[in-house]
Amino acid sequence: MSETELLLWVRGPALQGATIIFLLGIAVRILEILMLGRKTDLAEARGSAVAGGLRTIISRSFAQRETLQRTAFTEVTGWIFHIGIFVTLLFFAPHILLFEEVLGLSWPALPTTVIDATTIVTIIALLAVLVHRIANRVTRFLSRFQDYLVWLVTILPMLTGYIAFHRVGLSPPMLIAIHILSVELLMVVFPFTKLMHAFTLFMSRYYNGAIAGYRGVNS
Amino acid sequence: MSKDETLGEALRRQGITRRGFLKFCAATASMMALPPSMVPAIAAALEKARRPSVIWLSFQECTGCTESLTRSHSPTVEGLIFDAISLDYHHTLQAAAGSAAEAAREAAMEENYGKYLLIVDGSIPLANPGYSTIAGISNLAMLEETAKGAAAVVSMGSCAAFGGIPKARPNPTGAVSVGDIVKDKPIINVPGCPPIPVVITGVLAHFLTFGTLPELDALGRPKAYYGQSIHDRCYRRPFYDKGKFANTFDDEGAKKGWCLYKLGCKGPTTYNACATTKWNEGTGFPIEAGHPCLGCSEPDFWDGGGFYKAISTPTGDVSKAAVYAIGAGAAAGLALGAMNRARRDKAVGEHEKVNIDDLEKGD
Repeated sequence: MSETELLLWVRGPALQGATIIFLLGIAVRILEILMLGRKTDLAEARGSAVAGGLRTIISRSFAQRETLQRTAFTEVTGWIFHIGIFVTLLFFAPHILLFEEVLGLSWPALPTTVIDATTIVTIIALLAVLVHRIANRVTRFLSRFQDYLVWLVTILPMLTGYIAFHRVGLSPPMLIAIHILSVELLMVVFPFTKLMHAFTLFMSRYYNGAIAGYRGVNS
Repeated sequence: MSKDETLGEALRRQGITRRGFLKFCAATASMMALPPSMVPAIAAALEKARRPSVIWLSFQECTGCTESLTRSHSPTVEGLIFDAISLDYHHTLQAAAGSAAEAAREAAMEENYGKYLLIVDGSIPLANPGYSTIAGISNLAMLEETAKGAAAVVSMGSCAAFGGIPKARPNPTGAVSVGDIVKDKPIINVPGCPPIPVVITGVLAHFLTFGTLPELDALGRPKAYYGQSIHDRCYRRPFYDKGKFANTFDDEGAKKGWCLYKLGCKGPTTYNACATTKWNEGTGFPIEAGHPCLGCSEPDFWDGGGFYKAISTPTGDVSKAAVYAIGAGAAAGLALGAMNRARRDKAVGEHEKVNIDDLEKGD
């Protein structure tokens, strides 16, 4: 298989396959969770469950002061790499073209220098959280294979994308093929690992918030 | 023009001044990334060089490569250097025809065995030798025979270098590149559809000066000309970096000369000298004319997923796959959820209530 053929396969059948596993897996898992249902709460409502649920989705994004003081490093690096991933994913011109082709939606791109800098910061933040995970006895004890796998499939697209943009080492078609393949790996692993938190976090926050909201208390 | 005439004599005879000659040597040195101190060495070597015998074989090709080189406007030094080599065999350019032409090739091979330069344009069909023959000789047989006595082989154009358009899917003739056949000779790939004239004269000058091949990249291309991507040397690169793109060929962005990436430009994955040496005596290159780079100096450029499709976009229908996936996932999720519920209900139904008397019975 020549480099051109590899790139064509990666952009064609492989991307289709990864998209199918990604979306099918997410749909199955979300519906399975939703269909668990909840028991009817027989108590009289003291507040709005919906309002409590929605409020909690937002409020849980920000750590409380005491928590922030104890886990400032995790909070800050966590925010940095999450924002970094979204900025590079959504505002790099070639990525927008991909979304335009698939979704029919388009938006303005950020300058490549901004994307470049964001990528470096994101990679550093991701390396920092790994070092922290291993250096801290508690997180190291709590970590399983999946935690490291999830970290790897997250940083790979950032690293391969950075290398492909600067065209180091291999030929450009090969670098782009490797970059797209790394994203496809992320997509395939996504529904079956903790990466599902990208969707389930909203559900669990709403769930907790709704229970509290129904009782008329803050969560 | 006698065969014993040196290059310097040939050039002087054709009215090239010493100044013009040295300018060419300086330009060649800079293009080959050699230090300025090498200019006199190049000049001296070229001055004394005997016109090398060159055999040019044309296989499955469109003659575009020959057109490109011969149309480098007659007064250029490149053109005269080209005249000054002893082009002993070239279908299109030679006066002889038929068996006389083949006799010229055989004579040149015999006379300069081990020393002549073989230039090939076009790919070689392997599916059936009858697809392309010259004087009844198949391309494969002629290439193998002629390559034997060559000092080096230059694969001129993308067809000879990588198979090019004849090798494009479904490759009906079983076309292959020169490098797929010739394994025991140094090969210089000069891809492009067609290649830039100055690249071949530069390679020839290097060969005459040093008697060696220029430094080549992983694809066998002279690094001096194929060392940088079109994208990196493109005058529209600032627009790419700023995120300013032409969306169609006649929108505001196109008129303002913004980046053509969205229109399928292959500049980022293409290595060639178009953006620097340019075409038509430095007039311009395709991107300057408002057309995206096709990537013609790269292998399999014809099958790269579409000339007008951006490199980052999918080549298959991902939207349809996505809709089916969500539909199937929703159905499977509902079915699994229903099964889970049924199992829970069954467990609740089968749950037997136990009271204190039942427990005491067991003792």
